[in-house]
This record gives sequence, structure tokens and C-alpha cells, in this order.
Amino acid sequence: MEASTVSLKEARREGMRRSWYRFSRSNVAIVGLVGVLLTIVLAIFAPLIAPYPQHASAFVDYENAMVPPSRAYLLGSDPSGRDILSRIIFATRGALKMGIGVLAAVVPLGVVVGLIAGYHSGSAIGVIIMRITDIFLAVPPLLLALAVSAVLKPNLFNAMMAVSISWWPWYTRLVYSMVCSIKNEFYTQAAELTGASKSHIMFREILPNCLPPILTKMTLDIGFVILLGASLSFVGLGEQPPTPALGTMVADGAKYMPQQWWVAVFPGLAIMFIVLCFNLLGDGVRDTLSTEEV
Amino acid sequence: MRKTWSSMLLRRLLQSILVLIGVSILIFGISRMVPGDPARMALGPRTPEWAVENLRKQLNLDKPLPVQYGLWLLKMLRGDLGESLVTRRLVNDDLRDFLPATAELIVVAAIIEIIGGILLGVFAARYSQTWFDGFTRVLAYLGVATPSFVWAIIFLLIFSFAWPILPATGRLSAGIITPPRITGMIVLDGILSGNFAAAWDCLLHLILPAISLAMYGVAQSARITRASMIENMERDSVYAHAAAGVPRRVIMTKYVLKPSLIPTVSVMALDIVAMAGNAFLVEMIFNYPGLSRYGMTAMLNKDLNAIVAVILILGLCFVVVNIIVDFIVALLDPRVAHYGGV
Repeated sequence: MEASTVSLKEARREGMRRSWYRFSRSNVAIVGLVGVLLTIVLAIFAPLIAPYPQHASAFVDYENAMVPPSRAYLLGSDPSGRDILSRIIFATRGALKMGIGVLAAVVPLGVVVGLIAGYHSGSAIGVIIMRITDIFLAVPPLLLALAVSAVLKPNLFNAMMAVSISWWPWYTRLVYSMVCSIKNEFYTQAAELTGASKSHIMFREILPNCLPPILTKMTLDIGFVILLGASLSFVGLGEQPPTPALGTMVADGAKYMPQQWWVAVFPGLAIMFIVLCFNLLGDGVRDTLSTEEV
Repeated sequence: MRKTWSSMLLRRLLQSILVLIGVSILIFGISRMVPGDPARMALGPRTPEWAVENLRKQLNLDKPLPVQYGLWLLKMLRGDLGESLVTRRLVNDDLRDFLPATAELIVVAAIIEIIGGILLGVFAARYSQTWFDGFTRVLAYLGVATPSFVWAIIFLLIFSFAWPILPATGRLSAGIITPPRITGMIVLDGILSGNFAAAWDCLLHLILPAISLAMYGVAQSARITRASMIENMERDSVYAHAAAGVPRRVIMTKYVLKPSLIPTVSVMALDIVAMAGNAFLVEMIFNYPGLSRYGMTAMLNKDLNAIVAVILILGLCFVVVNIIVDFIVALLDPRVAHYGGV
């Protein structure tokens, strides 16, 4: 009876507070959150934070080439004498663009297609859509992305497109399986009986109930998408020089491997750090959202 | 019982054929996404127009797309993958040279993933909440977050420079005689022809790249095995068996491990096929003469026939692996064989 006096707004705020409490209880999730925020701050304020912002473009200083990690160059310098730390800081921009861009393209597409397929499951449209996702999922994502970006011009946008092509079916699958069960719920049937339009049922009745898993999958995916992007840039199919990209930096550094190890190792560790933080954050979000459903 | 098995096999085969046809359309589509004219690109800008026109005719590039697809598919079905536009050799010959090396690498990596993933997962579940469980957890987080080529660099640095116990690059050490070609996989050829020195040397060269390649899968399958082991360990049936005096070892292997492997097997299959993509990157670091160098030059030169062949073969592998997995799952899960699906 008391619940009726609480307004919807307050209840929602209370729910948010509870989720945050649950999230903040997990050390791992907090580490992830801090790491992700740090990466975002580095990317946005790169020109202010990087010790040598001019080194992020075509810059040559052969006198200071291949300097091992020292006070002047915290993570050493590369064969052109550019500061590796500065280049890593600028390269976080490309990594984040990759993650955000791909999800921005993949989620709406995959979700809408999944809604349509799920709503029409059992009919020809549903079957055809799901068989098409099978086909896309039959090729390993990295390989499909490699092939697509190989035939296109190598740049960041095409790399994003290549990863998107191999990634949307996962969202279609997820939404499809949820829609199949939600469309038999009473509230959906009630909406159908009162003559609601198809789009109203799909987007206003079904979609909101699919959101928590979609959100969870997005936070869990972003790390993997960044990793795929780094793999593409490793083979030269991402951001083109002189713009720094983490994968390209590892590939270039690998040529100088045992002696000048810092050229390859630090960008590699940077990839590890960024992906790890996003994964930890994703796990935290998943735990928060999944306990809420119970 | 036998009948459901064979009908399941038939259904899966039909589905796989449909998927393969779809994959072939997808690959054909990708290969025609290329901006620019593949014939012109293969011959270079200085070739006269009539020669380009000839090649275009030869490659059927002048016909409408569905006809091109039909002709292309017929050729593929005959096992004719065409001629590489760059090396000017038959793609089949190129693949015969490069594929076994990569296949060997993936097989060793798959073995490492299967053994490592299951063992780590089982022991993490058996000794959960101990230091070993914590160690596995950290390893799992790092394994999933790190691209295989970064592992490759880290392992290379540690195990062949800082503490040199394993060879760094290539496939065989200098001075080792390559065994006669039987399968193209040197470890296997060495054993078959009695050249154990070569087999052993090649195996040593494979360890670092294979571990780098397997790290992601080991991490993932260890986590999944642990989770499903713990879930199954808390079943009432397990307590009942324990109360009835069934030895712990029997409970763990027969009643806990066996059903716990079902999700692991499906995930492993995906990982192992995905290794094909990552093998490219790892091979580059270790300077390993596999498909990577071939595939990379093909991609950079927009060598369509070669790209298509590589993806098509891997798509085929995927379908075959999936069928195998369905059978392993059916063996592990009696419900599948009985009802033809869960």
C-alpha cells in the first residue's frame, strides 16, 4: 500500500541508486569503470595530456630515434624518434571510435532485424532472416572483417564497416530469441487485441523488454570490437599512418623485436589494458542488470 | 535410437549445405565489392586495353552477376579455385604449399586449448575459492582481453630472448633436413618417414605460436568449464550419489564433468575455427611460412581468387567442425540422441 504513494520517478531513481550500489560493491567493476573513464579522458584531452603532441603525426627526429624508456621518453621512442607514450595516447582515439562506431551501426540494425524476424517467427520472413544470420556467423568474424576490409580501401571507416558486417547477426539472434518468448506474453496479446499497430507492438511493447540484455551485450562486446579493430590495424587495414593506431604500432615494432622491445610491447599492453577495462566494466554491468531481473 | 541418429545426421547435412551455399554467395558478394577492375589491377596500368579485355572475358567479368556466380560456383565445385592473379600459379598449388603449415599450427593450438581449457576449468572448479581459482580467473580475464599477436610478442620476448628455451621464428632450424612431403605437415611427415629429429624440431617451433593462438580459447573455455562444473556439482543428484557412497572420483568424472563439457565443446569449436583468422597475425610475428604471408599478399594485392579460396576453405572447415561438434554433444548428452535435439 505504501508503494502507491511513491511516484514513478522516485521509484526509478531508487532503482538506479540500488543498481549503482550493487555495481559499486564489485571491485572488479569499479576498476573497469575507472580504466574506461581514464581511456576516454586520454582520448578527448590527448593534445593536452601527451608530452609531445606533435609526435602523433608525421614527425621525424632521427637524433632521438629508438631511445629506450627514460625520463624524457617514458615509454621510449620509435624508429622515427617519436615518443611512444604520446602516440599511444592519441591512438586511444581510434580504438574508441572503432568500438563506438561499430556498435552504433550494428545495434540498431541487428535489433530491428531481430525484432522483425522474431515477430514473424514461424513464417517465411523469420526463417529467411535467421538463415541469413547463420551464413554470416559461419565465417569467423576476424576473417570476414579481414576479407571485407581487404577489398575496400584501407582506412578506419572501412575497418568499422568490415567489423560491423560480421557483427550484426549476434544482435539479431539475441533479440530474436527474446521476441519469440515476449510475443506470447499477455501484455503483447492485449495490445494485439486492442488493435495496436505492428510497429507499436514491436517498438513500444516488445523492444523495451529486450533492452537490459541488449545493453549488457553492448558493454560486453565493445572490448572485443576494439580487439578486432586492433587486429585489423595490425595488418595495416585500419587507420593509416601517420595517424597512430595501436595495432599498426605493434606490427611496426615487431621488426625491431628483441633489442628494441619497447616499440612493440607498450602499444600491445595498451590494447590489453583498454580491452580488459571494457570487459571488466561489461561484467559489472551484466551482474548488476541480471540480478535486477530476479 | 539408431534411427534418430541417422535422421539427425541427414538433417544437419542438409542444413550445412544450405549454409555453405549462403557462404558461397556471401564470399562471391565480397569479391565483387572491390572498387576498380580486377582484370586491370592484375595486369597493371600499362597493359593495353585489348589484353585487359581478354582477361576480363577469361574471368567472365563481362557477364551479368548471377551468371558469373553460377559459373564461379561450378568451377569451385569441380575443385578448381582458379589462378592467383599475382603469383600466376594455380591457387590449388599455392594452397597445397601453405595450407598444411597453418593446419599444423591450428591443430597444435587446438590440442593446447582442449587440454589446457578443460584442465584449468576442472581444477578451478574443484578447488574453487583457492589461490588456483583466483589464478585461473586472472588468466581468463587477461586471455580474453589480449589479441593473439600481443601474446605472441610477449612469449617471444620471454621464452626466446630473455630465457631462451624455445626457437623464435620459422618452421625448422637450420641444418635440419625437411622430411619428404607426405601430408605437408612436418611433424606428421617426420614421424611417418622416421625423421624424428625434424618432427621434434618442428614441434618446438610450433609451441610458442600455438600457445599464443590458443590463449584466447583456453581462457574462455576454462571459464565456461568452471561455471558449468560448479553448477553441476550443486545438483541434488550429486549429493544423492555422494550419500550413497559413490566414490568422489566417479562422481566428478561421470556425473559432473561429462554434462559440464557440453557448453565447453560448443564454445571450443567456435574458437578453433576462429583461430584461422588469428593464425594470420601470429604467423606474421613468428615469421612462420603459413597461409598468412600468402593471404596477406593476396589481400594487399586484391587477388580475388586467392582471397576467395582461403575464406571458402575455412567456411567449409567451419561447417565440418560444427557437424563433428553436434556429434560430440550427442555423445555427451543422451537427450540429443533420443529426441533428436533438446
